[in-house]
Amino acid sequence: MNFEFSDEQNMLREQAGAFLRDNCSMSVVRNILTSDEPFDRGLWQKIVEMGWTATAIPEQYGGLGLSYLELCVIAEELGRVVAPVPFSSSVYLATEAVLVYGSEEQKGKWLPMLAEGSVIGCFATAEQAGHAASNKTGCSVGANGLSGTKIAVVDGDLADFAIVTASEGDSVSQYLVDLNGSGVERQTVDTIDPSRSHANLVFSGADATLLGNAGAGWDQVAVIHDRAAVLFAWEQVGGSKTALDMAKDYAMERYAFGRPIAGYQAIKHKLANIYVKTTLAESNSYYGAWALSTNAPELPLAAATARVAGIQAYHFATAENIQTHGGMGFTWEFDCQFLYRRAKLLAMTIGGELTWQKKLVAALRTAA
Amino acid sequence: MDFNDTAAEAEFRAEVSTWLEANVPAEKEFAGMTPLERAKFWQKRKYDAGWACLRWPKEFGGRDASVVEQVIFNEEEAKHDVEPAVFAIGHGMCGPTMIAWATDEQNRRYMPKIASGEEVWCQLFSEPAGGSDLAALRTSAVRDGDDWIVNGQKIWTSGAQHSDYGILVVRTDPTVPKHQGLSYFFLDMKSPGVEVKPIKQISGDAGFNEVYFTDVRIPDAQRLGAVGQGWQVALTTLMNERASIGGGGSGRGIVNCTRLVELFEKVNLDGSAAIEDGAVQAKLADWYVKEAGLKFVGYRSMSAMSRGDVPGPENSIGKLVAAPMRQEMSTFALDLLEGAGAIWDKELSEAAGLYQMGYMAAPGGRIAGGTDEIMANIIAERVLGLPQDVRLDKGIPFTEVPTSASS
Ligand SMILES: Cc1cc2nc3c(=O)[nH]c(=O)nc-3n(C[C@H](O)[C@H](O)[C@H](O)COP(=O)(O)OP(=O)(O)OC[C@H]3O[C@@H](n4cnc5c(N)ncnc54)[C@H](O)[C@@H]3O)c2cc1C
Repeated sequence: MNFEFSDEQNMLREQAGAFLRDNCSMSVVRNILTSDEPFDRGLWQKIVEMGWTATAIPEQYGGLGLSYLELCVIAEELGRVVAPVPFSSSVYLATEAVLVYGSEEQKGKWLPMLAEGSVIGCFATAEQAGHAASNKTGCSVGANGLSGTKIAVVDGDLADFAIVTASEGDSVSQYLVDLNGSGVERQTVDTIDPSRSHANLVFSGADATLLGNAGAGWDQVAVIHDRAAVLFAWEQVGGSKTALDMAKDYAMERYAFGRPIAGYQAIKHKLANIYVKTTLAESNSYYGAWALSTNAPELPLAAATARVAGIQAYHFATAENIQTHGGMGFTWEFDCQFLYRRAKLLAMTIGGELTWQKKLVAALRTAA
Repeated sequence: MDFNDTAAEAEFRAEVSTWLEANVPAEKEFAGMTPLERAKFWQKRKYDAGWACLRWPKEFGGRDASVVEQVIFNEEEAKHDVEPAVFAIGHGMCGPTMIAWATDEQNRRYMPKIASGEEVWCQLFSEPAGGSDLAALRTSAVRDGDDWIVNGQKIWTSGAQHSDYGILVVRTDPTVPKHQGLSYFFLDMKSPGVEVKPIKQISGDAGFNEVYFTDVRIPDAQRLGAVGQGWQVALTTLMNERASIGGGGSGRGIVNCTRLVELFEKVNLDGSAAIEDGAVQAKLADWYVKEAGLKFVGYRSMSAMSRGDVPGPENSIGKLVAAPMRQEMSTFALDLLEGAGAIWDKELSEAAGLYQMGYMAAPGGRIAGGTDEIMANIIAERVLGLPQDVRLDKGIPFTEVPTSASS
């Protein structure tokens, strides 16, 4: 038993952290949030050059063939700086889907491009309000290709391809769709976190090739979501830590009634609670990281636990960070909003708190 | 990172598990014993086979084992219905403090008997005027030749009624600021002038006591640390207290998620098992997040300890999370049982009264070993580095500190 990252992994963390502090300050996030640019292309290019998009892709497909532990380390650092790049869509979701379910041909075609960052992928499941897998799937594949609409697809307006759930006859499968081909219309939509762009994807006879097994669409989504949940959780842990640091720094500086507000128990205990929730999320994410990196049978339970903890910690940390800042925290000028927005965005993508609480209990019952 | 046992750990676990299977006493071996006798019987058996206080040096009754091995042993032992709670204070706090501060000779005399359970120890810290504010304690010790003469009163002393020895913090100089005037001793609980009076708790048990000291003589040789250094020695005890009280709780006798899953599968709510209900699932998931999170916090601090780190203030998180959670869990279980939940009777109650006991014991868990509020303060001040509360007792002689009596 050993519950720590290796020295090499910790070195990667330091390098990644230093790079992102230099290249992704909160003003970078603000620029994307307030401009029409869907993501920070310069930052993305550097991320690609450092090989982060290639991290867990096997060497035979042009990747670095590192473990998921390295990817977790990178995820935490990206989460810390609220990075305005399509990393989660392309790496945690699209790359994983191709890696796990792609045919040899699909892997040979897409993985090298994903690794070198020449294409960006996204993952499209939702069509209406509520948990996608419990809703009726309107997108369908027929003789004329794929038709229907996916809503709020993260990075849908900038991605090169999408992994789409659609029905064919009675059964739902996953398809790989080239978004630059014909029969695809992208409608950028406003969201609560404009530092990550979103689009509705309208398909009318788009080319769609089956990914994985016919009829296994939602099962595959569940597997990919379990894997991605661990990586999302690390982003949430990183973001929670930033919120705690921000709240702490402000509380130490801000005076009220003759002393820093950090000296009042209501504030001290609030920050202690952020620390507690963040630490629980982090520790659960350790276990998730291990389960993901070893493909352990415990992954569904480990992923759901990390996910629920991550959602709760990040929301709590960012809401209480604003509270600690008083009126300043509620202003457009201050950076608290970026974390608060991202916390909610990450909580909704790949299924919300209630969905994952239910998954957690289902996994717990299976384990019992 | 590897959450699986290494080959050596797996072998160790198998050895432990085999030994436990063969040696955990069958119920009939315990026939006619009081809970204390049962605990001592089991502890002695472990000790004789070299399975007591694994991390302590062999010459002090331990096994020179690693932290990981201790954890493996605890995990395996928790699968059996043998709760060694009686020894929690001796093994978790008194022992480690002795190892850190007593002489080798003293440790060779006292430690093996702590390990074997033959001698039970208690912690004489809290006083009527010194609970959260422990350093405000007033029990005094005055030097008299080779002895000290102790007068005063301790309170809330768990297990004093059956303890052979105790660790004790007293005031040896009231004229200096409060933390500087304390000294630390261990003493024989049968010393003349020690009087133990049980206090009945809300749960009906009398697990803790008042302990009165009237001209009790303690040899100076039983002082741990220098005169006036008592607070530093006490911190050794408190650090170990946090690490040992922590999250824990995987045993059968404790309200935890495993027990709750059993309960929710069994109790019917609106025509199906309660566990099918969304509201029940949301609560269970939230508790599991905490329980699992604490387990992995523990694993991580174990890895740190394997590298030689000492348990730090971040271990306060265990108690701060677990104690209120146990209260919530028991409260919810009783709600779910509805009318039947009111019955508290080992024969009639669900799970032999586990949830009723859990409910009535939970408030104590949030107070013992540092209250929720004090734990949150420790995290805020010692982990996050936030300023201390405003204090009116700093830098002035203890005798001038305001008290309830002076207000
Ligand atoms: C079951 C049980 C077993 C125990 N066993 C032992 C034992 O074996 N040995 C031993 O020495 N002691 C023991 N104790 C005592 C325990 O350590 C104290 O009860 C505890 O430290 C609280 O002290 P107090 O009871 O004096 O409460 P107080 O200190 O009077 O606290 C009352 C309330 O005020 C709050 N409070 C106090 N100071 C602050 C502050 N600075 N900021 C915010 N809130 C504050 C507390 O959180 C609490 O809510 C035991 C207690 C219990 C309940």
